[in-house]
Amino acid sequence: MADSKIAVQDNDQPLLLADGLGKSYGRLSACRDVSFALYPGEVLAIVGESGSGKSTLLQLLSAQLSPSAGKVSYRMRDGVMRDLAALGEAERRFLLRTDWGYVHQDPVLGLRMAVSAGANVGERLMAVGWNHYGRIRDTATSWLERVEIDVGRIDDAPRTYSGGMRQRLQIARNLVTEPRLVFMDEPTGGLDVSVQARLLDLMRNLVSELGLAAIVVTHDLAVARLLSHRVMVMKGGRVIETGLTDQVLDDPREPYTQLLVSSILPA
Amino acid sequence: MNAPVYNFAYLDEQTKRMIRRAILKAIAIPGYQVPFASREMPMPYGWGTGGVQVTAAILGPADVLKVIDQGSDDTTNAISIRKFFARTAGVATTTATADATVIQTRHRIPEAPLHGGQVLVYQVPIPEPLRFLEPRETETRRMHALGEYGLMHVKLYEDIARFGHIATSYAYPVKVNARYVMDPSPTPKFDNPKMDNCPALQLFGAGREKRIYAIPPYTSVVSLDFEDHPFTRYRFDAPCALCGADDSYLDEIVTDDQGSRMFVCSDTDYCENRQAQGHRGSESAAPHKERPHG
Ligand SMILES: Nc1ncnc2c1ncn2[C@@H]1O[C@H](COP(=O)(O)OP(=O)(O)O)[C@@H](O)[C@H]1O
Ligand SMILES: [Mg+2]
Repeated sequence: MADSKIAVQDNDQPLLLADGLGKSYGRLSACRDVSFALYPGEVLAIVGESGSGKSTLLQLLSAQLSPSAGKVSYRMRDGVMRDLAALGEAERRFLLRTDWGYVHQDPVLGLRMAVSAGANVGERLMAVGWNHYGRIRDTATSWLERVEIDVGRIDDAPRTYSGGMRQRLQIARNLVTEPRLVFMDEPTGGLDVSVQARLLDLMRNLVSELGLAAIVVTHDLAVARLLSHRVMVMKGGRVIETGLTDQVLDDPREPYTQLLVSSILPA
Repeated sequence: MNAPVYNFAYLDEQTKRMIRRAILKAIAIPGYQVPFASREMPMPYGWGTGGVQVTAAILGPADVLKVIDQGSDDTTNAISIRKFFARTAGVATTTATADATVIQTRHRIPEAPLHGGQVLVYQVPIPEPLRFLEPRETETRRMHALGEYGLMHVKLYEDIARFGHIATSYAYPVKVNARYVMDPSPTPKFDNPKMDNCPALQLFGAGREKRIYAIPPYTSVVSLDFEDHPFTRYRFDAPCALCGADDSYLDEIVTDDQGSRMFVCSDTDYCENRQAQGHRGSESAAPHKERPHG
């Protein structure tokens, strides 16, 4: 049968499609006319100076903001491409806590600061019906190990964690349901340089081990270089240049990108 | 006596109609918190104004009212509420669980099995079981609407992580009719199984928080738990010192300043009935003397 050749998880098919995406606030166009395809396992960095529309775009892509123009489609686990605007709220929220991850710059937004690290990691499992304490705890333990958090700290609340540990915990909390796509908004922002390096190293390993697709917003080109396969450069809400990361960063075509790369523009 | 100052059961008929509509909706959607326009009552919130308003809305002249507070008919709170309705509605009151048609309660479900036709009205301080971990009302409402209850298990997980077992012993969360997660008010978890498949109608009123919810008769009520940490009831492992009951919920009573203590039934009506039937505990060798009821 010819049809049976079309695998459900076909890596030649895009995982996410943005088509003419835009968002306006009154007369201000925070983001406009963005179109691209993201493939399974691909890491895309969105770079640009502050105010260029990166976070707005990320929120549109992750269905946390509804677009003023265009649409986002996502290939669900059953292989069917769905328009995110057409998903019900229950489906959208389910997607966000199972097949997607979202890593905030500020871990306070992505963690429950008052409950233990173990429960922070276990929450998504319990949300999808895991009902065995021992198995939830074992899974949380192994994820803490994977993000290099001392498992002796499993019952401590992230309030007591350092900035770098909080960010690693946030990553574990997101990855525990084995999502296929992770959104990150300035994941290393606000951390010391040495802490940033360790976090980037960890993220790079996890992304490649798990074959994750990721969309990473950053104003830091070093983050883009280390993590991403492809880069989109934004300016004034538009994508002005896009291409393979090494190509764009080593040989930028647009004058704006050239300034960005030579660190003349403030990040 | 003078002409009545109040309408029957204190509240005016419009208000009672509004509360009845909320009650009917609550019965139609078991476990769902229905907002209502809670009124000021001539008593402080801590005294169960939510329960009092529900009772006021459902009482009829032929009803027989029992009021309990922590299992006892004789606390100041229970006596005041009983007197309040005796005066404003002229209804008969009782301390006997079996004789009551309406039972207003704080913190306990009577030990004697409830029967069809009875209504148990709970006084509720905090109706939202998810509030502990999610203070935003908009978010908890969405969680209920979508049946997203993972957070409830986060709370139980925290208990086990910290204490080695589910330490929540009051206001232990339940799932009603396989749909809504509900806070049974601060009753001990010992009472949770009595809510399940109960022949009586159970109504919950939260005055300060302006919410009413309900469990219709014969509705499934399941206490949340983990497969490897199943729900268990808890009572002090002792017989009642007065009636010898080994299956009732016990209060611990300190009997002197040397730290001596004894355990007695929290449900005073149940305990007195057993003593009247000749059951004895370690502290009641002397023949039982009937206590006058107020
Ligand atoms: N909720 C909002 N209301 C009005 N303007 C907004 C809102 N969010 C973002 N903007 C504006 O849109 C532009 C892009 O913002 P943002 O996406 O946060 O940029 P970046 O993440 O690249 O710094 C900015 O001019 C910002 O002030
Ligand atoms: Mg931003």
